[in-house]
This record gives sequence, structure tokens and C-alpha cells, in this order.
Amino acid sequence: MTISGWVVMILSVGFVTGLSVWCVYRVMKEPEAPERMHAQDEIDTHDKE
Amino acid sequence: MSTTTASASKGFQFMLLVTSQCNGRPQLVKSIYVSVVYIWRWFGVLSAHVSRRHVKEKKEAWGSRIGVILAVTGSAVGLGNFLRFPGKAAQYEGGAFMIPYFITLLLLGLPIAWAEWAMGRHGGAHGHNSLPGIFRVVWRSKLAPYFGVLGLLIPVAIYMYYVYIEAWCLGYAWKFATGSMALGTDKAKYAEFFSRYVGLNEHGSAFAISGVSWSDSVLPSLLICFVLNFVIIYRGLSKGIELFCKWAMPALIVCAFIVLARVLTLGTPNPAKPDQNVMNGLGFMWNLGWGGKTVWQSLANSQMWLEAAGQIFFTLSVGFGIISCYASYLKPNDDIALSSLTACAGNEFCEVALGGLITVPAAFVFLGTVGVMEATRSTFNLGFMTLPMIFNTMPLGQFVGAVFFVLLFLAALTSSISMLQPAIALMEEGLGLGRRASVAMLGFITSVGTAFVVYFSKDAVALDTFDFWVGSVCIYVLATIQVILFGWVIGVERGYEEIKRGAEIRVPKFFMYIIKYVSPAYLLIVFVVWLFQTAGTYVRKIGRDPVVAGSVGFIVLLFVFFLMLTAQSVRRWNKVHPLDKEAGQ
Repeated sequence: MTISGWVVMILSVGFVTGLSVWCVYRVMKEPEAPERMHAQDEIDTHDKE
Repeated sequence: MSTTTASASKGFQFMLLVTSQCNGRPQLVKSIYVSVVYIWRWFGVLSAHVSRRHVKEKKEAWGSRIGVILAVTGSAVGLGNFLRFPGKAAQYEGGAFMIPYFITLLLLGLPIAWAEWAMGRHGGAHGHNSLPGIFRVVWRSKLAPYFGVLGLLIPVAIYMYYVYIEAWCLGYAWKFATGSMALGTDKAKYAEFFSRYVGLNEHGSAFAISGVSWSDSVLPSLLICFVLNFVIIYRGLSKGIELFCKWAMPALIVCAFIVLARVLTLGTPNPAKPDQNVMNGLGFMWNLGWGGKTVWQSLANSQMWLEAAGQIFFTLSVGFGIISCYASYLKPNDDIALSSLTACAGNEFCEVALGGLITVPAAFVFLGTVGVMEATRSTFNLGFMTLPMIFNTMPLGQFVGAVFFVLLFLAALTSSISMLQPAIALMEEGLGLGRRASVAMLGFITSVGTAFVVYFSKDAVALDTFDFWVGSVCIYVLATIQVILFGWVIGVERGYEEIKRGAEIRVPKFFMYIIKYVSPAYLLIVFVVWLFQTAGTYVRKIGRDPVVAGSVGFIVLLFVFFLMLTAQSVRRWNKVHPLDKEAGQ
């Protein structure tokens, strides 16, 4: 494997890996949008009249 | 008598009436004519009947954001990531191929993906999940929904043969896991097994059951794949597709890492051939300017640019109509900029970082330069003849082979389930059918198509014809329509506002100009050149081979069916929510 081969491989694999990791980090970092939160009527409070 | 029974009876009477008017025509044409008219009328009856009952039903939605990203990534990651991409890279001077590959990713892949996500979410905000409905609100023209018919035909027709290939992967995984794939080191034996297994020798031979053990027949795997796909799709968007992709995608990546670890530790398996080692295998895949060519000479090869564009285009699943369908289930203010980029990045990771490091180095250390060049010319040759032989040659090969084919099976399954959703969406929103009825109807249609492909298996002629006319030609056409709609009908300003809404990353505005000018031009050039190079052979085959003609006829019939379905849906939409009313929303 030549030096140019190492450079291409590291750049290619590094670029797609870095981009994926950065994207997943950004997605996980942001909280879910408010409309995705469970509504009140989905929470079982076990209240008994 | 119930309304439905009365309607069916009227439909039957109508059929008899039409039959009586067709005297003098050839019997086959008459039968087709009657069937088409009857189905058309049945849609009308059914749609009118359902419209009265359900005008608005509860809309499906994704359960989480990571779920939709994994679903889109799963749709994009397929056999091409692990077999087609490494083969193309190896054929076009390894490292040099990556230059046009990444340029095309930026100029074609990412912009079209953003456009598809944006149009899908826009359509979803107006209550549409299928491409005809999405096109209807994007381009307020009476003709618009009919351009979206390709967004139904493409995934369904591709599903018909893709599920067959998926069954091969499952069958091979089972055979490796049970140790019944140990055929030695003679490649001819693998070729012979593959031909017998998928029925390449004779039409109908894949259906042969007498004298064939069940593990040597593709039918059990096919049945399992078919049922699995429809069980997942029947469970719906959140509990079916999303839930499945949430565990299947990580499992796929774990499988890929296991195979990758084995390949990278192969060293020099044959001491008599010291040049055939992993480092040289990686060099074969990634070195710049080998074979006596400089990088610039490699880049001057226009064919390489075409192949790179084609690879990016197919790997990201743009032009299928699936991304728009998936994005239509998002909320109006959900992010699409980062989600689309994440899905594309996930697919690229599987392709470049996993597929690029596994397949070619593994083939090189056992076959050398000449062998790997021959093996990478055909995806089927590489995946189902060469690699099985290689796995049987390497230490721990039985385990690695089983894991590799499980990996391919998962990649195929996450793609095939996504192909069913667009048609289900139209049946639900256009005809007002419930999930069960939609799944049953689509199950019947796809089983007929798959049976056709599996029966006419000699030299994979039906599969090849479907793949060319639908999996290549129609996809290019639909992608071009989508890019033109986004860049020229929606326009740069409105399109940019649509992408920006709820965005968690800033998409540079010059991408809008790329979508408007560069992407359509690039697509058209690639399409025309590619068509010029390959279409002649396929057109001539229609006249020569009755199976090819029958396959094209089947595709046309399917297109007409979806055209009728769309026409009926448009009638229903116009009654339930006319466009002028939607415009005011």
C-alpha cells in the first residue's frame, strides 16, 4: 500500500466516520420536539375515584 | 342486501355488459380490457363506499426522531453498499474513484436528498403521504399526481425481485450456519450451486420441489422473507418499520464489524503467495494511480464519473419515492436538514468505512489481482460465488460467512420493507382502505410479481429486465422530476424556507442553486449518456425474447394499475379536501 493509498483511505474513511459521529451527536444532543412528548392522557396516574 | 354486495353485483353486471361489447376482439385483449374496466369500476365502488365511512382517520407518525433516521438509513443501506461499491471502486483505479464519488455526493446526493425530505414533509403537512398526493400539493396542477405514479411503481416493482435476492442471502446465511455450504475451493462448484439454487438453468426450476432437499431450495427462504416483510409493514410505521430498524441497523453494524475484524487480521493466508496479503488488498482498493496510470489519467476517464454518479445515486435511495413518503410522516416543524444529512452519512459510513474495507481486501488475499478484477465485474458473482468460496478458505470462515450473509440479509430487509410503504400510503389515503386491506391487496400484487420473477429465472432474465427498466430508467426519470419540481416549481426561495423550517443545522444557500441548475443538468447528462450506452441492448431484447417482452408488459400493466389507483385517489381527494381549500390552510 502506497502513501497516497493511506492518505485516500484515511481521508475517505475518516470523513464518513467523522460526519456520521458528528451527525449522531447533534441528533442525540437536541431534545425531542415538544409535540413528541407524551400527552397527559397517556400517563396512567392510578387515580381511583 | 348490503351496499357492498349490491355494488359488487352491479360491477359484475357491468363486466358482463362490457364483455358483450367486445365481440370480435382477440380473447386475450378482451380479457385484459374487461379486467381493467372491472378493476376501475371496483375502485370507484370501494372508494365511494369507504369515503362515506372514513373521511378522516388517525394519521400515522414516527415515534422518535432517531427512528425515522434509522428507517431512512436502513432503506438506503443494501447489498450495493457491501458488494456493488467495492466492485466499482476496484474496477476504476481504487483511490481515484473516490474523487468523483465524493464530488457527486455533494453535487447530486445530498441536494436531492434534502429536496426529497422537504417535499415529503410539505406534503405530509397537507395530509398526503404518497408521492401522487405530495406532488399534488407541491405542484398545483391536475397532471401533478400522475407524475407521482412512478413513486409507487418503482418501489413495488423493485420489491418484486429484491425480496428474491433477500431470500438468497437468508438461504446462504442458513447454509453457512449449519455447515452445509462447505463446497471446497473449486469456484465452479459454487457457481453450479448458485445456478441451481436460484434457477438460472431453466425457467421454473426454482419452483422444483421433487428431488430437492428443502435446504437446497430457495422457496422456504423466500416464503420467510415475504411473510416477514408483510408482518413488519402490517404492524405500521412506528411499531413495525421503526421498531425493526432500531434493532436491525445496530445489529447490521455489529455484524459488519465482526467480519471486518476477521478480514483485517487475515495477514498472509498463503505463505507461498506473500504478495497476497491484507496490506496489498487495502492498497488494491485505495491506492492512487496504479496500473501505470497517473491520477489525472484516471480522472480523465468519463466512464468513471458516470459510474460514480450512478453509485451515489443508487446508494442513497434517491429517486425511489421512499424518502418523501417517510418524511411525510414528520411534523411540519420537525428538522429535516440534520436528519437527512445523518441518514446520508450513516449510509456512507456503511458503504465506505465498512464495505470499502471488507469485500475487496478479503477477495484480494485469496484471489490476487487478476482474480479480484474478474470477481468484481458482477455483483452476483462477487457476493454469491466468490465470497462464499473465500469464507470457506479462511480460518473461522463458516462463522464469518454466516455473519456476512446475515449482514446482507438485514441490509436487504431494511430496504425491502421501505419499498412497501409508499403503495400502502396511497391505498390508505387515496382509497381510504384500512391497514389490513391495504397490506392484503399489496401482498397479492407483489406475490404475483415475485412469482413471475422467480418462475422466469433462466439467466435471471426477468430480474434483469425489471432491474433495468424500473431499477435504473424509472429511477432516473423520477429523480429528475423531483429535482425539477423542487428547483423550478417550488423555487429557490420557497424551497430554502422549507428546508430551514425547524432546521438544526444551517444548509448553505448555494445548495439551492445546485439543486436548481447543477443537479438536473448532471442527472440529465448522466442519464442520456448511460441510456445511449446501455439502452439499445435492452430495447432489442424486447423484440427477441418473449420473457423480456412479458416482463416489460408486466411493468406496464403495473403502471396502469397504479395510474388507475391514483386517478381514483384524486377523485376522492378533490371531494374530501380540494386544492383551493388546502391552499388556505
